[in-house]
Order: sequence, then C-alpha cells, then structure tokens
Amino acid sequence: MWAFIKKEFFHIFRDYRTMVILFGIPVVQVLLFGFAITNDINNAHIAILDHSKDVVTREITRKLLSSHYFLLDRYLKSNNDIKNAFKEGKIKEVVIFESDFAKKLKTEKVANIQLILDASEPNTANILNSYTSGIVNSYILNQMQQESGVPLSITVETKMLYNPELKSVYMFVPGVITVLLMLVSAMMTSISITREKELGTMEALLVSPLKPVQIIIGKVTPYVFLSFVNLLSILLLAVYVFNMPINGSLALLLSESLLFIIMALAMGILISTISHSQQQAMLLSMFALMLPTILLSGFIFPIENMPLVLQYLSHIMPSKWFIIIIKNIMLKGVGFNYFWKETLIIFLMTLFFIGLSVKKFKIRLE
Amino acid sequence: MSVSVKIKDLEKSYDKVDALKNLNLEIRPNELFGFIGPDGSGKTTLFRILTTLILADKGTIKVGNYDVVKNYKEIRKITGYMPGRFSLYMDLTVEENLLFYARIFNVNIRDNLHLIDDIYSHISPFKNRRAGALSGGMKQKLALSCALIHKPDLLVLDEPTTGVDAVSRKEFWELLKKMQERGITILVSTPYMDEAALCDRVALMQTGRLMSVDKPQNIVDNFPENILNVKVRKMHPVLNDLLGFEGAERVYRFGDAIHLATRRDAGEMKERIYHYLAEKGYQEITISPLEPVIEDCFLALMENPDK
Repeated sequence: MWAFIKKEFFHIFRDYRTMVILFGIPVVQVLLFGFAITNDINNAHIAILDHSKDVVTREITRKLLSSHYFLLDRYLKSNNDIKNAFKEGKIKEVVIFESDFAKKLKTEKVANIQLILDASEPNTANILNSYTSGIVNSYILNQMQQESGVPLSITVETKMLYNPELKSVYMFVPGVITVLLMLVSAMMTSISITREKELGTMEALLVSPLKPVQIIIGKVTPYVFLSFVNLLSILLLAVYVFNMPINGSLALLLSESLLFIIMALAMGILISTISHSQQQAMLLSMFALMLPTILLSGFIFPIENMPLVLQYLSHIMPSKWFIIIIKNIMLKGVGFNYFWKETLIIFLMTLFFIGLSVKKFKIRLE
Repeated sequence: MSVSVKIKDLEKSYDKVDALKNLNLEIRPNELFGFIGPDGSGKTTLFRILTTLILADKGTIKVGNYDVVKNYKEIRKITGYMPGRFSLYMDLTVEENLLFYARIFNVNIRDNLHLIDDIYSHISPFKNRRAGALSGGMKQKLALSCALIHKPDLLVLDEPTTGVDAVSRKEFWELLKKMQERGITILVSTPYMDEAALCDRVALMQTGRLMSVDKPQNIVDNFPENILNVKVRKMHPVLNDLLGFEGAERVYRFGDAIHLATRRDAGEMKERIYHYLAEKGYQEITISPLEPVIEDCFLALMENPDK
C-alpha cells in the first residue's frame, strides 16, 4: 500500500502539467475572484444637476463625493444636458436636486432628489442607487438629530451582519474553496485512474493480489493530501490578502473540508469506473461536477431566485451544503450545533458515493 | 511447482462477435506453449480469461487445481502476466517500476532478485532511467522482470515481441527458455510465425478457433504439400502472373522470393513454371524445391480452416 501511495506521488511530482493544475490554479482563481470579478463599485462617475445650490444640496454633494464610491465628472446646467451626459457613456448616475431644496425641506419637511441611472448594467445601477440613498438618508437623519434632538420619523436602519462592507470576496472565497476541492479531488483522481486503464497498467494491477479497496486507497491518499495543501493555500490567501476573517474554529473548518474532500474523491472514483479514457473522465468531471458546483450551489447565483425545479436540484448538490458550512464557520463563527444537519447530509452523501464506487470498481476488466 | 492449464469448452463473444469458439486445450506442466495467429484471432481474449481479467460466457479454465472464476485470487498470486501493451509506468524509473511490482505482490525484491538476474542484468545499467525513455527491447525485458518478480508458476505473455527488433526477439526467446528450465509453465502468443518453431508445442488460432495443436516439427513433417521457391530478376509482377497457375495450391510472397505450394510432383511443376515464366520474358529464373517451414504450414491451415 505504501509503495502504491509513493508511486502515485512520483506520478504527480514528475508530471509538470499536473503540478501546475494542482498548485497554480487555486492561487490564480482566488486572486481572480478576489480582485477582478467583484461586485463592489468604487469611483463611479456621476454628474450633478443642482437647481438649488444652497447649503443643504452642497452639503449632500460633498458627502456623496467624499465617499469613495463616487467621482464627480461634471456639474450639469440644465435638464437638456442629461441625455448627452449619458450618451458619452462615462457617467453612471446623475443626481438632480430640485430648486429651493433647503427652503422646502424647512417649510414643507419634504424635498426631492431625483436619481437617473444608467441601467444598461442593472447590477451596477441598483448598487449605486442604494449607495446614494444611503448617504442622503444618513445625512437627513443626522441633521434632524442635531436640530431637534429627537428624530421625528421612523427610519429603517440597516445593519449588514457578518459582512458589513458587503465585500464580494467573502462570498467568493467559500465558493472558490468548494469548486477547487471538487476540481482537484474528483477530476484528478478520475483522470489518474483512467490513465492506468489507458496505459494498460490497470491490467497488471488487477492481476496482482491487490484488493480493489487497496487500489482505491492507494490512488486516493495522495490527492487527499494535495487537496488539503490547496485548502490551506486558499485560506492563507483569503486571510492575508483579502483580510477575510475566520471567526469560527479552524480545526472544525479543516475537518469539515476533509469530509468534503473525501466525498469528492469518492465521486472521482465513481467517474473513473464509468469512463474509458482520460478525456472522458475530464469532460464528465467538468460537466457533471464543476458546472453544477458553480451554477447551482448558490456560489454565484442565489438559489432563492431560481425556478423551483432548479431549487430542488440544488439540494442534491453537495457543494451547496458545504458552502453553507464554510460561511457559517468563517463568517458567522458559529459552532457545530448550527450546521450538524448540513454535515450529516454531506456525510451520508460520502457514504453513498464510497459504497457505490467500491461496488462499481471492478475486480475484472469488464 | 509447475502447473498445468486445462481449457474446456471455452466460449466468449463481444456484442455478437464470437471471440472464442468452443476451445479445448490442455497445456502440460512446464511446457513452453505458443499461440500463433493474426490480430483478432482471440489470443488476447483467451489470455485475459486465463488471467482472471474477464469472464468467459461458457466453459472453464483450470490452472493447476484452481478454477479461473472461483479461485481467481489464488490464480492471481501464482500468475505472472505481461499484457500486450507493456504495463510499465513510463514516468517511473526502471528500478521504481520493479520495486513497485515487487511490493504489490508482497515480495521482498532482495530475496527474489536472483530469480530475474538473467534478465535484469541486461537492464540494470539503466536502472535510474525512466521507463518511457527505454528502447522497445529494454521495455520488454523490464516488463518481463516485473512479471517474474513474484516467482510465478505460470507466466502468460501476450505478444511480448511485437514491435521489438530481431536481435532483442532472439534474446528474449533465450530468456524464456531459461525461465522454462526453472519449472515455470509459459504461455506466449505471437503474430510472428517464425517464433513458433521455438515453442514446445504451438496452437494456431484463427477467428477464435484452434486450427491445429502440435509440436512445431510434427506440423512441418505432416505437411502434405511441396514448396517451390521462385526467384526472378524482376520480382514485381511475378506474383500476379503465377496466381492461379495450374496445379498450384497457393502462391504467396515469402521474404524476397515467391513460394508456390503444390500437391503435385515438385520436379514436374518446376519444369512447367520455368517454361511459363521464360515465355513471359522473365530473366534469371531460379526455382528450387524447399523443405516447408512452419509459416508455410500455417498459411495453408489459415487458408483451408476445415483441413
């Protein structure tokens, strides 16, 4: 058995391409998701059309621009300029204050600000809208408190728990961990087993007195180790480059990940038993594991917004449950009793896949 | 301990294509037994059933007292198998390959190295080279070493000399003879008919059936036809001109000459052919009667499977 595991490590370390896949991709992915693919908006260009030009509007403008979200592109002079300003494409939002803004606010207690947004990028428009409303509201609230001491109206105060700055990295890291563990574990094992089939060495292994379980364990152990190394490197990047907290227990996080790795490996073995070539194994892992992991796990697209069929489908995605667990540990910092159900689901899935793959792993060639 | 192999009523088909049809054969202990036949004749299928890799549809094989289905574990322990493709890890070195196979068969390489000394001495100078960088002959020797490291009683070699140069093939057969002296029963398949003469007994296989099983010498001695070796200066069109020559059973290219098999008197045929070729304008015609070799016999058998 040790000889088998050692041999497997030789394969991995001598195959330059495998090494790149194993250790390069995790780092690249985390950096990509962390830096490039981000939903956060900074320095959006806006224009301001101020019909009033009084103390209050200037103060609000100053507040808007002093946040790092907005960058003043220009002041507009009249409503006719708005269309042209958008047409140039640089401006994402125009803020319009009605005339006599301060006066109206004082006498009628109501004044209007109109926001015009470029909704060709719906997400950006939505986020900018809420940023602006937030800043304006907080200003009004402040003013009222200063003047009368007691706020007169009931206001909704939002507090973003666990991710107060709404950083998208917090969302991506658990997803990336899941995708990568799945990729490395399932794809690499299925490829390495089918490679033996292709090379004909599987014939020699089967003719030996080795039991199927021994072959499987020998094949899988190195990848448990490598997946674990990958997990650690992703976590280090998340914590030290993106300042993501690990609020819960690290030991718990690692052992839950180990469970998930084992499950992914079992899936990899299962894939290898039904595919005859390395390409087949790779495609199967890609389409059967990777895409659902990315699309249906709630990693990028919220499950609640999906059609009902897809919601049900997402329940059988192990990655969905694993992402919930990671978020619970890293962000909420809660203990095992809050996600034992999810753990149990993954555990049962693991048993299922191990059982199935050992059963399907043939002692003969056919 | 030498083992016998008893094959009884063996049948196997893949998707309605018969790979093996009603095969009966007994291989004696310590025999060097050859299976000769073209690609697709069922040699590999037979070997895979024998080494417990696939199951037959019908019939049994017994290795010693072990049944290939029921006692597959025992058979795997006493069998050394060298599959058609060299089952080596190309990214491992020679030594690592050997160590790995020793370990999975639970043997200590030091205790067993003397068993393969004859072979391993050929490749040990390259023991730190990766298997993928070895020549065909070297790969074949390494694969044989790996198949022998656990001291098997039965050695099954599936086309071990395919794609190997002539010198290495000769060396390889010498090694097999040495292994046979140690008491191992050896089954070897090959598409090269000239190798048949080196076996104790050979079986000719075609389309899943055994055409003939005998000692190579007996096969040659019992051959009923006469062979004429035909050579002319311009060899190229002569085969076509001789095809269908009256009295010829068979005309075929053989090395750099043409063989013509006949059941008639060799002297009379020789005269007729000579005149015929001379009329056609061939020059430097030499025609000589030859003792048939095993290839001639097999070609005859393959052409008339019913005889």
